Amino acid sequence: MRIGVLAVQGAFAEHIDVIKKLGEEAFEIRNTGDLDIPFDGLILPGGESTVMKKLLHDLDLFEKLKEKINSGLPVLGTCAGMILLAKNIDSGEESCFGTMDITVKRNAYGRQLGSFVCTDSFADEDITMRFIRAPYVTETGIGVEILAEHDNKIVAVRQNNQIATAFHPELTDDHTVYNLFFRMIENKAAK
Amino acid sequence: MSEQYQLNKELAQMLKGGVIMDVTTPEQARIAQEAGACAVMALERIPADIRAAGGVSRMSDPAMIRSIQEAVSIPVMAKCRIGHFAEAQILEAIEIDYIDESEVLSPADDVYHVDKTKFRVPFVCGARDLGEALRRIAEGASMIRTKGEPGTGDIVQAVRHMRMMNSQIRHVVSLHEDELYEEAKQLLVPYELVKQVHDSGRLPVVNFAAGGVATPADAALMMQLGAEGVFVGSGIFKSGDPKKRAAAIVQAVTNYQDTKLLAELSSGLGEAMVGINEQEIALLMAERGK
Repeated sequence: MRIGVLAVQGAFAEHIDVIKKLGEEAFEIRNTGDLDIPFDGLILPGGESTVMKKLLHDLDLFEKLKEKINSGLPVLGTCAGMILLAKNIDSGEESCFGTMDITVKRNAYGRQLGSFVCTDSFADEDITMRFIRAPYVTETGIGVEILAEHDNKIVAVRQNNQIATAFHPELTDDHTVYNLFFRMIENKAAK
Repeated sequence: MSEQYQLNKELAQMLKGGVIMDVTTPEQARIAQEAGACAVMALERIPADIRAAGGVSRMSDPAMIRSIQEAVSIPVMAKCRIGHFAEAQILEAIEIDYIDESEVLSPADDVYHVDKTKFRVPFVCGARDLGEALRRIAEGASMIRTKGEPGTGDIVQAVRHMRMMNSQIRHVVSLHEDELYEEAKQLLVPYELVKQVHDSGRLPVVNFAAGGVATPADAALMMQLGAEGVFVGSGIFKSGDPKKRAAAIVQAVTNYQDTKLLAELSSGLGEAMVGINEQEIALLMAERGK
């Protein structure tokens, strides 16, 4: 499978390294020309969501990617990527793609001194979760499945073709989140 | 390695491919965030004005830093003087996201840097070469930037420092394993860090370019030379149209190899900051803190 990683800012190289390590093809999406060759999945990485949102618009990527997500392209959003997918942001600011029926709280654990690591259950498996100035989900709409909670806060969700995590699976050696994402891609291909 | 240090290195990873902008007011911070800054550096005076004003330059008023923290959602950094661990403690107390132990301010200690391992909050430090970078990392820095020459709008020193760092990294990679001990002695750094550079072919932490970036082309130049992002200080708010220039530099960092886009981004930006050549300045800030 061929997976595009939004590479306008943030930790995109880390995602690409993991995908390659798992034996799949990965490429960077920096401008519209990068979308010419078809691909099977999209990753929205960690970084600063305000920066990525602005660049998505400035580089004319926004409409094209939103259309792909709406038409069922499997997408994984991590940390800032979760904010990009969320329909609502609790501060009231305008959403980005808004394709996932969740409300997120930005910098929900405070500033960098609030960043932390924990082990918790993700889709019934214990994994390491690294939270860096992370958001969490405060509300979920109909059809949103909760994949992980930590301290009673929702930190990973799935809705149809979309998975979002508040933590960073690209920074650990545990590939549970990727395996789930890859299965989603395979299931779509099998249909 | 402590868990917090690892998380601090990872926050720097999240900043990669981004532009960190110097701001002096909440209003400038908002402009920077809207233009696509991935973080802001809160300070009372931008380097060009520090240079012009002369005198002793210190940590900014925490109240002013707080007002910037409240104005934006992106990470907020602030500077302490080299070796001034009390200023660093104050910045940690207001939960700054990153401390820049910076040569832009007047050094408080002409021998020792801050022992950054004593802090939970992350530090970024300037370096002109691999030895300086690894010494700062040994002291606990979780991010490095080239020193360049702040407040000049002259890119020559940043280029010099980045090229020096890269060529020294290539040299370390080329060494035989039993030569690394001597290399560590030459660089005045711990052997373990030299070994890490030898094995990975890169610095153990994220490395940004700083000091003298004034145009989208400057930013693209530094990215092509291997910077993982850029700091822009005086270059933005000392220019004719800060909003437009800031946004153009942000896009230039993302698409630093797209020459057609760079041509577009460089067009009609108005006045760049005036700039000073290194031969014209009395004070080389990059000489502070080795």
